[in-house]
Amino acid sequence: MEAGQSFLPGLIEACRAAIALNADRLCLLDEEIGDGDHGTNMRRGCDAVFAERDMLADLPLPQALERIGMTLVMSVGGASGPLYGTLLMELGRGLATDEFGVGHSFSPALSRAVDAVARRGRSVAGEKTLLDVLYPVQAEVSMHSTLDGIASEALAAAERTVAMKAGRGRAAFLGNRSIGHMDPGACSCALLTDAICRYLGELEGA
Amino acid sequence: MRGNGGNVGIVIVSHSPLIARGTADMVRQMVGDSVPLSWCGGNAEGGLGTSAKDILAAIGAAWSEAGVAVFVDLGGAETNSEMAIEMLEPSRARRVAICNAPVVEGAVIAAAEASGGATLSKVVATAEELSP
Repeated sequence: MEAGQSFLPGLIEACRAAIALNADRLCLLDEEIGDGDHGTNMRRGCDAVFAERDMLADLPLPQALERIGMTLVMSVGGASGPLYGTLLMELGRGLATDEFGVGHSFSPALSRAVDAVARRGRSVAGEKTLLDVLYPVQAEVSMHSTLDGIASEALAAAERTVAMKAGRGRAAFLGNRSIGHMDPGACSCALLTDAICRYLGELEGA
Repeated sequence: MRGNGGNVGIVIVSHSPLIARGTADMVRQMVGDSVPLSWCGGNAEGGLGTSAKDILAAIGAAWSEAGVAVFVDLGGAETNSEMAIEMLEPSRARRVAICNAPVVEGAVIAAAEASGGATLSKVVATAEELSP
């Protein structure tokens, strides 16, 4: 992975911009089937990470990811703070080990991190959560799909949550009335995946 | 902590600071200063929400060597509380329990139990009897 000093701050800015641009939409989606604060919470978390970008740039990537996860836990609030925080912390921890072999660690580390999110949320695929984007993204990554392929699958996976009935979170209180709305966590997850893939694509093309 | 000896501490976590504070008021009315007590609720902007950071601070404020029982309202309160407990040093984390009980009734009955010097497991079990 790119090791330049500006790599991580650029990635953080790309994620922050994607959330800032869509914060109102995420809040609206959350108002439909939840408590309406997902956009506000995610924006607060991205701003907190953005404020630490220079310090993070000095860390090796695994440690930086772990630190980003901790910052998200401490700043996002809501259930999404611990869920995204767990994803990043576990991904960092996974990348810090060399048990998968140098250069082959991202896919197994991501897989382990997604499983950790599922445990944290006591959820499984198909319950209309961010896992319904994370699992398909992980599948694309494991198949060595292109960046465009990963991004489009993430966005398509978020669309598929519209038809799902919520099994976890506030939306589950609504039962069948949760059907017909996109899950806000799945939406933010797809937006972030798309932003990350675009950023990496621009670096590749540069 | 004021003259509460070694009694189990109580932490109340609600999305609403009004509910958390009101519940704490009801606990105080029942047990006075005989148990360590702390509450948190609301997000950084003063709206509804929960935060692992605030929960961590609340556990610290209600800390007792006998342990701390945490009462939560909805989903995020529980997930953030679990996260906060994992961030404690392991010797402390082992002595913090999230109670599967209604927040108001649970906190009041747990505090009553704690004020008599009950152990953490007894305090938690008494509160959890409220849940079917």
